[in-house]
Amino acid sequence: MARAVTQQRKAVNTLVAWAIGVLIFFPILWTILTSFKTEAQAIADPPLFLFFDWTLENYSVVQERSDYMRFLWNSVIIAGCSTLLGIVIAVPAAWSMAFVPSKRTKDILLWMLSTKMLPAVGVLYPIYLLFIQFKLLDTRIGLVLVLMLINLPIIVWMLYTYFKEIPGEILEAARMDGATLRDEILYVLTPMALPGIASTVLLNVILAWNEAFWTLNLTAAKAGPLTAFIASYSSPEGLFYAKLSAASTMAIAPILILGWFSQKQLVRGLTFGAVK
Amino acid sequence: MQAKWSLCASSAIAIAAATTIYSISHAETITIATVNNGDMIRMQGLTDDFTAKTGHEVEWVTLEENVLRQRVTTDISTKGGAFDIMTIGMYETPIWAKNGWLISLDDLPAEYDVDDILPAMRGGLSYEGTLYAAPFYGESSMIMYRTDLMEKAGLSMPDAPSWDFVADAARKMTDKDNEIYGVCLRGKAGWGENMAFLTATSNAFGARWFDENWKPQFDTPAWKETLTFYLDLMGDAGPPGASTNGFNENLSLFQQGKCGMWIDATVAASFVTNPNDSTVADKVGFALAPDAGKGKRGNWLWAWALAIPAGTQKEAAAKEFIQWATSKDYLDLVASKEGWANVPPGSRTSLYENPEYAKIPFAKPTLDSINSADPTNPTVDPVPYIGVQFVAIPEFAGIATEVGQEFSAALAGQQTAEEALAKAQALTADAMEAAGY
Repeated sequence: MARAVTQQRKAVNTLVAWAIGVLIFFPILWTILTSFKTEAQAIADPPLFLFFDWTLENYSVVQERSDYMRFLWNSVIIAGCSTLLGIVIAVPAAWSMAFVPSKRTKDILLWMLSTKMLPAVGVLYPIYLLFIQFKLLDTRIGLVLVLMLINLPIIVWMLYTYFKEIPGEILEAARMDGATLRDEILYVLTPMALPGIASTVLLNVILAWNEAFWTLNLTAAKAGPLTAFIASYSSPEGLFYAKLSAASTMAIAPILILGWFSQKQLVRGLTFGAVK
Repeated sequence: MQAKWSLCASSAIAIAAATTIYSISHAETITIATVNNGDMIRMQGLTDDFTAKTGHEVEWVTLEENVLRQRVTTDISTKGGAFDIMTIGMYETPIWAKNGWLISLDDLPAEYDVDDILPAMRGGLSYEGTLYAAPFYGESSMIMYRTDLMEKAGLSMPDAPSWDFVADAARKMTDKDNEIYGVCLRGKAGWGENMAFLTATSNAFGARWFDENWKPQFDTPAWKETLTFYLDLMGDAGPPGASTNGFNENLSLFQQGKCGMWIDATVAASFVTNPNDSTVADKVGFALAPDAGKGKRGNWLWAWALAIPAGTQKEAAAKEFIQWATSKDYLDLVASKEGWANVPPGSRTSLYENPEYAKIPFAKPTLDSINSADPTNPTVDPVPYIGVQFVAIPEFAGIATEVGQEFSAALAGQQTAEEALAKAQALTADAMEAAGY
């Protein structure tokens, strides 16, 4: 009997989880569906769900009008490099905060996070002027630097949380065995924290991929990533929803696929240390 | 003799080669920031013609209108130099020219025929008599209406109707059970959204934003009449949820046959008469925006224009592009490739004198609407500003967006017209005082 109740509860839980999942995924699904409609079908009322004449016309128009591969390549470079650079800087920082804390460590962590509380537009002009000065406008290196800096607090916080779960005695033992600081971080700490680092990397790649304020404001014709690609299809005067949806689908497809394949690592990393 | 011919031929080849080398060595790559609309996208497709003629390459940065505005404003105010040509509107041109941010276009060659630019457009894109941006495409606003519904209501739309006629027709055309609403008007908050429409409408009712001393005028009877009229009309004959409707939402409603009348940008005429997208393409008529018998019509004036920022290193190439893109030849080029209906409207007088273009059903109403708007004398009473649906001061966009939010809230039924006007008056007075007026 008890088993039957558990089964029932399990079914309800599964159903609720699926319902929430579908609800969250619905806007993306709708975007993908709209990308296969004509502009007239895209605005039809009542909305057409599955029964319409599927067309690839929007994709061919977008492909013809824009150099998708250039935007994609910029996105890959900017998201990938900014995350890697962030990890390289954040691992030693998080190590020192987790294993050699001072009485100011908590304050430093909070201060780092406080930089995320400032609206980005508040520092647009200073950063823009710096970019002009250092000739970084419309360059990938400029965006890598900016995105690394804005995501660094999150990377440090996440890694700090993961590192805190690792017993300091293991590192001490390594030190006793003659490991240098470099060896300790590289060969002892990093492999143990790999699930945490992997999920930090994934999350930050997603954040950098979707970042749409700096990538739009600091680029022109050369370094624009996929966010600039989508922005070029948005129009307040003219109904181009189907084309906009096609552009959006093309922009989110790579990161969606990456997330799909790495969801196991992502979930494992996010729940790392949750259960002792 | 043969030696002479050989000499001539080799000289000709040498000159041709020298010219080619010269043009290649002077070929530049210019970067243009622009908006995403049909005309601009078409131009991007035709850029090869410009490159073939001049050797200059073009790189495009296409952005949504509001993103573009923020992007180019940041760049020009910091002299960033990211763009060699910027697509800007009638609102920015006089403000930026006054700041010395734009290069003047008063040295364009005679064959460009600057006098051919429609006078209203030229006036709106000039500062102290000097042209600072060349119109690529111009628009006004007008009434687009369903001829079948008008006939069913037993009415006939005059060429130049009054607001009373429009309100009466809208109420008669409304059939809410069948989801047909007599009039669709903008309600979404924003200086370029509901405030563009309401500011232009207020001109017809004798209202104005400021008096000659820059004192806000929302506490006047003329503004009360404007807003009350609009709210009553939308309550009786407007679609549900109108407070979130902008251009695109109303276009969608009209194309699906749910609006009896729609007063909005003239550019919409080509969309609503396109049988591929519109279910009512063959039942659309046009008329001038309404008046209230006070000598001004409720239609606006807008142009997307090409301007050169003062920081550019490629001024000569940028000017060559502007000459190409806003010339009579460009209009012919578009017509030859894509037909006269796809030629960018509202920039040149000669286009409207062309008998081929005159066959387009919305050509004359568009020209009449543009000609009936006067940005230098927009209101019944005198005002210290330029602009029909805006006030050409830097503070306007921020103030009008806030005022737009109050008016949109009134349309949503969250407050009365009196409350919205009182708040508008207070916030405008505060902002103007803070700005030093």
